[in-house]
Amino acid sequence: MLDASTHPFDQLPNTPGVGYKAQHFSDLLESPGSVGWLEIHAENYMGAGGRPIAQLRHLAERFALSVHGVGLSIGGEGRLDPEHLQRLKHLVGWTKPASFSEHLAWSTHDSAFLNDLLPLPYTKDTLTRVADHIDEVQETVGRRMLLENPSSYLAFDESTYQETDFLREIAARTGCGLLLDVNNVFVSATNLDTDPISYIDAFPLDLVGEIHLAGHDEDHDDHGRPLLIDSHGREVAEPVWSLYEYAIQKGGARPSLIEWDNDVPDWPVLEAEAARAARVLETVA
Amino acid sequence: MSNMKTNLAVAGAVAAALTATMTVPAFAQAKEKCFGVSLAGKNDCAAGPGTTCAGSSTVDYQGNAWTLVDAGTCADIELPEMADGTARQGSLEALERDLPA
Amino acid sequence: MTVDQTVFRSAVLTPDMDRPTGLSDGKGAPAGRRFDVYRNNVAVSLTEALETAFPVVKKLVGDANFKLLAGVFLRQHPPSSPLMMFYGAEMPEFLSGFEPTKSIGYLPDIARLEVALRESYHAADAAPMDPADLQNTAPDDLMVSTVTLAPALRLIRSRWPIHAIWRYNMDDDAPKPEMAAEDVVVLRADMDPSPLVLPAGGGAFIAQLLARSNFGDALTAAAQEFESFDLSQMLAILISNNALIKIGD
Repeated sequence: MLDASTHPFDQLPNTPGVGYKAQHFSDLLESPGSVGWLEIHAENYMGAGGRPIAQLRHLAERFALSVHGVGLSIGGEGRLDPEHLQRLKHLVGWTKPASFSEHLAWSTHDSAFLNDLLPLPYTKDTLTRVADHIDEVQETVGRRMLLENPSSYLAFDESTYQETDFLREIAARTGCGLLLDVNNVFVSATNLDTDPISYIDAFPLDLVGEIHLAGHDEDHDDHGRPLLIDSHGREVAEPVWSLYEYAIQKGGARPSLIEWDNDVPDWPVLEAEAARAARVLETVA
Repeated sequence: MSNMKTNLAVAGAVAAALTATMTVPAFAQAKEKCFGVSLAGKNDCAAGPGTTCAGSSTVDYQGNAWTLVDAGTCADIELPEMADGTARQGSLEALERDLPA
Repeated sequence: MTVDQTVFRSAVLTPDMDRPTGLSDGKGAPAGRRFDVYRNNVAVSLTEALETAFPVVKKLVGDANFKLLAGVFLRQHPPSSPLMMFYGAEMPEFLSGFEPTKSIGYLPDIARLEVALRESYHAADAAPMDPADLQNTAPDDLMVSTVTLAPALRLIRSRWPIHAIWRYNMDDDAPKPEMAAEDVVVLRADMDPSPLVLPAGGGAFIAQLLARSNFGDALTAAAQEFESFDLSQMLAILISNNALIKIGD
């Protein structure tokens, strides 16, 4: 467990940020608008050199950065990939991000990486495993991390914890902070027919170092019940904005990211989403 | 003797190469616009498009659905012979049996 | 009922396998097609990664055929690393043995070229040497020296006109490929890798330098392959693309 006092909670500004896409490089430098910081997916910057690294070096001098891992498989049954941990350490070492985060999920098993955030049952066993892995990450990388709540499409019969209790307990054991993905909250609550407001009420908001906002797609399950997919391919949905306003009113302003990974729009469309988040943040300033 | 000749040739070639690179702009061949962006890595934390069918279709990993209807540009490329005269097929052939799973 | 990750993984990658039991919709009913969201995400995201990685292979076989091919490939060769930028390194070998494409003799080498382009794009940066140092090195010394080439340089020696085929699919104005063996080098003068055809003997020359043979042996190998090997042209290509890093290791 890391000592939180020597590892500052969070230095991202309490403004909107966006997930960085190479096509927005020039726009970001010329007209960032209300965007005050950038998030990158760690794995895309683990090559040895070339344009991605050069662009990141340039941006890291101008924007506060959030390094967001998508491939560490913290919930994996096996041990963490030591090579990948070293790559993360190296990236965090030279980019010196204001925030570093990963997911409550798994993606690698028996050396196969499945390129998706796969779900975990919430049990004593998985809690111990995830906490041990987070300890290892924080010790190796040398700083505190934030853990993100997943979007759920199904539930495990074997689960014995509520997700919010599970996250709270992991944070207590490891000293890690939390990344609250408000779209994931809404997607999971819709899919599992629970109340998203109650989820926010039960969430340890004081531990939240960053918020995510994104768009989702709509589908249906075998019984015609709504099945929302966390697709990051469109504007943030209205009920997700409402839930975000609720969380900000309750927990205070937080660095808030617009994630848009598929069908990435032109810069003005993305910036407009960030501007909307800025207006919400101003209500509690 | 032959070493001497080779060395002279190398020195001449080096000199000629330097002259060439000073007068001719950097070699540029078939540079594609936005080529670099398309080569960038693509890890993200988004789910796929909102259909659950694509990955769960049992057809999508069985080669017997291989089709000539949408055969791509290889149909336009004819490379009938190697230099040694061996005939080589450069186009698609229909597959009539199932692939091993 | 526990669902371990071995079961989950197998069911995700095998669409005709039963979905694991012990998963529900949160209200007590079996998860059903909710599980297929994960099957979909895995298959679609890996297929998209392969489409990005192999645009020319995709054009050659056609969109629908490529999706099929990707579906087979991703199940035989799921990524062994979370770095999707390098996914698909086994594609050339896979294509050699893939029944529907076996007759397209050049396809594995096209895949090799596309792998090389991506490797080059992400390779380490290296400052080129001052070309004057080449001239200032005594030929006797140069002949027994190794030469360090740029980390972004890749060489593909093919029995097929792979550069011509690649261009035919990337450039609307490119001519139809004609039969010829081609040695293709991928060079990255700055940030964008660019493939180009080497002059005769150039493939042997570069191959020897990459294998850490000294300059003299590389020259001999090139001359054995093509008596009138044009060293001057070869060096001009390397120098103008910032591919000569230093004399020695």
